[in-house]
Amino acid sequence: MAKILAKRKLAPEIYFFEVAAPLVAAKAQPGHFVIVRADQTGERIPLTIVDYDREGGTIDLVVQRVGASTQELASLAVGDSFLDLLGPLGEPVEIEKIGTVVCVAGGLGVAPVYPKAKYLKEAGNEVINIVGARTAEMVIMKEEMSEVADEIYFSTDDGSLGHEGFVTEVLDSLLAEGKEVDEVIAVGPAIMMKGVAEVTAKYDVDTIVSLNPIMVDGTGMCGGCRVTVGEETKFACVEGPAFDGHLVDFDELMRRQGHYQSKEEKAEHKCKLEKEVE
Amino acid sequence: MAKRQVMDKQEPEERINNFAEVAQGFTEKEAVAEAQRCLQCDKSPCVDGCPVGVPIPDFIELITAKEFSEALATIKEKNAFPAICGRVCPQEEQCEAECVLGNKGEPVNIGALERFVADWELEKDSADKKEIETEADRAKVAVVGSGPAGLTAAADLAKLGYQVTLFEALSEAGGVLKYGIPEFRLPKAIVNKEIKELEELGVEIKLNTLIGATLSLDDLWEDGYEAVFVGVGAGLPYFLNLPGENLNGVYSANEFLTRVNLMKAYKFPEYRTPITLGNQVAVIGAGNVAMDSARTALRLGAEEVSIVYRRSRNEMPAREEEIENAEAEGVNFQLLRNPVKIIGNEEGWVKGLECVEMELGEEDSSGRPRPIPIEGSNFTIEVDTVIVAIGQGPNPLLSKKTPELETNDWHNIIVDEESYQTSIAGVFAGGDVIGGNATVIAAMGDGRGAAQAIDEYLQSK
Ligand SMILES: Cc1cc2nc3c(=O)[nH]c(=O)nc-3n(C[C@H](O)[C@H](O)[C@H](O)COP(=O)(O)OP(=O)(O)OC[C@H]3O[C@@H](n4cnc5c(N)ncnc54)[C@H](O)[C@@H]3O)c2cc1C
Ligand SMILES: Cc1cc2nc3c(=O)[nH]c(=O)nc-3n(C[C@H](O)[C@H](O)[C@H](O)COP(=O)(O)OP(=O)(O)OC[C@H]3O[C@@H](n4cnc5c(N)ncnc54)[C@H](O)[C@@H]3O)c2cc1C
Ligand code: SF4
Ligand code: SF4
Ligand code: FES
Repeated sequence: MAKILAKRKLAPEIYFFEVAAPLVAAKAQPGHFVIVRADQTGERIPLTIVDYDREGGTIDLVVQRVGASTQELASLAVGDSFLDLLGPLGEPVEIEKIGTVVCVAGGLGVAPVYPKAKYLKEAGNEVINIVGARTAEMVIMKEEMSEVADEIYFSTDDGSLGHEGFVTEVLDSLLAEGKEVDEVIAVGPAIMMKGVAEVTAKYDVDTIVSLNPIMVDGTGMCGGCRVTVGEETKFACVEGPAFDGHLVDFDELMRRQGHYQSKEEKAEHKCKLEKEVE
Repeated sequence: MAKRQVMDKQEPEERINNFAEVAQGFTEKEAVAEAQRCLQCDKSPCVDGCPVGVPIPDFIELITAKEFSEALATIKEKNAFPAICGRVCPQEEQCEAECVLGNKGEPVNIGALERFVADWELEKDSADKKEIETEADRAKVAVVGSGPAGLTAAADLAKLGYQVTLFEALSEAGGVLKYGIPEFRLPKAIVNKEIKELEELGVEIKLNTLIGATLSLDDLWEDGYEAVFVGVGAGLPYFLNLPGENLNGVYSANEFLTRVNLMKAYKFPEYRTPITLGNQVAVIGAGNVAMDSARTALRLGAEEVSIVYRRSRNEMPAREEEIENAEAEGVNFQLLRNPVKIIGNEEGWVKGLECVEMELGEEDSSGRPRPIPIEGSNFTIEVDTVIVAIGQGPNPLLSKKTPELETNDWHNIIVDEESYQTSIAGVFAGGDVIGGNATVIAAMGDGRGAAQAIDEYLQSK
């Protein structure tokens, strides 16, 4: 059982949790994730470790409500516990001094990008953050992302903060201006990462993306998380979730993410009905 | 000679609509009648057929005398989990294969008798169970993985007085007994009772702990553990590497069975884990895992379920009883057919399985006839779900994170055959992770052997 020590609402439908998980905190590195389950009937949900405090024995998680299970997680309060919390899972991203790194985060992608940006900055890199969301209200962790960046850009679909449009456009103009960039790290919806990889391919800039396929165990036991990277099948939970963005088959990823959509919609419909009855 | 007693089963038409256990177990009368058939042979060849040497005639004689508790104690000298083995052992290849009455095709139903006494005890209130005496607290031992190998090692070590902690990556203990073998063949309540007994022995179970990630082997030494048993099983699913294998609607058997058994997707949406299953399901492979997948698919409501297998019925590796159960339930057997391609529709969902017909040639290295494709015989079967059940290998996670732990080309941990000792002093391994038989009882045998070896190692330290 992993006890929730703090909870904050970051944006509509997005919650921050500080959770007691000393063993996980002791081993966590940027790029790692955990799998949590709210209760006995819950689904196993992968969540990125946003930050960790080894001494305090805590990890930070950010949950966006998208369906029934994330709704269940989001409804937990301080003092409640996640019934199960397994981690740290996945391969961490290598943090080295390489020069200039652009971190592109879309929507909830800020959560997984943040630890990478933070530790890249600590390692002496020039860090440029590009953060996008649908509207200004949905931009999370603005201060944190600013603190760990040498430069920060925002973009929103409706122009309510920063550039009006997509993060890919901000990145494209940065590269078009001739900014020397050694690596791009992009995390967000698959469609956004696909767009980023297309932009950076044009300028021949190394690109790392962090994939979010549907997972079950997170230990390499089910193969549900398989993704195609450079013609090869990989299990994202153990070989990723970070991969070379220029090699990922994003269309396949998006298709596989929709595997349970119709089932989940039915369940969620039921779940909403139950709520109305309450 | 009296006829062999067999267990009643739920009727096929009925059982494909539920997940309740298929075989009903002996009544006391049936059990005694079956026990009376045993000839109490001096040489007891049946015992040689049992990988752990259960004293079969002895426990059977106690059943004829209705001394069920003693019968159970006699089995437990050799087999810690008879309620499980009585259900899932391939008896027809092991104990019953050697029974002298087998010459006439009617061996003593040893598995059902074993199950009977185990269930008899489990049904009684555990309050009147005898206190198991364990010796004084000895060294700390870590057991990694809670499948049959780990459970057995933990039980034996605890009885010897060691302070045992069992680490399990998943949210429940039991390994394949929980996530793989379906409820209708091995009710989870039975596995849970066996696990509860283990806790009563003083074994501490730490779930959600992935050794190699949450804790390393080095951490275990630092925490004061003086020996480690690794029983992490063979959880890595193999795929066929065919075009179309990543289409929506293609599952590994592991994913399919884990969703249904461990996560209870058959109770969706009460349980939140979904499963999407079409009407026409092809299961590739013909082992126990394939039969379990096919029969599970039927119970989830699939209209047509086929086993697609490249050899013939004789070579199918599944237990005979499970093949018969699958046939009775209406699973369709597409034998001598090998898949070559999975075909998708525009949205990327499975719509067909292209196969080629096969014929059998000379024996290959496995001693079975080699299947040879018949050129030009390709054809497509219409399916919307494909479950790949062609086998699994050891999960490489722990060995990858522990380079000193030597493995072979198939990622099996290498051990000394006698002592279960790995390449790291104080680390022992057994069960599916070291290769071998891939049966529950063989894993238990390893767990028991390794527990003895660990005891010797710690005594001599
Ligand atoms: C390595 C990794 C790290 C992640 N980190 C975070 C994080 O830090 N914060 C966060 O809020 N989310 C994160 N996610 C995504 C999160 O796990 C899913 O949003 C969640 O599982 C959806 O469950 P649901 O029942 O609420 O939604 P559902 O009703 O199941 O689905 C809603 C939508 O989400 C998609 N989806 C469903 N299940 C998954 C899944 N397991 N993974 C990805 N997408 C899914 C579906 O395609 C659907 O469109 C991460 C995923 C991965 C693989
Ligand atoms: C569907 C199916 C049906 C079967 N039917 C039969 C049958 O009818 N009869 C029969 O005799 N055999 C059957 N088998 C085979 C039998 O179940 C296995 O041979 C047996 O379970 C192996 O036991 P084990 O203890 O070695 O490993 P497992 O049962 O595989 O257990 C290993 C455990 O270790 C855990 N683990 C893995 N890595 C780590 C780690 N790094 N840290 C912590 N924990 C970890 C896993 O989560 C798992 O719980 C079947 C197998 C399957 C899959
Ligand atoms: S453990 Fe298995 S092989 Fe041994 S006697 Fe029991 S059923 Fe037969
Ligand atoms: S071989 Fe058969 S008949 Fe003989 S002792 Fe064993 S079970 Fe009984
Ligand atoms: S989530 Fe099961 S193998 Fe990756």
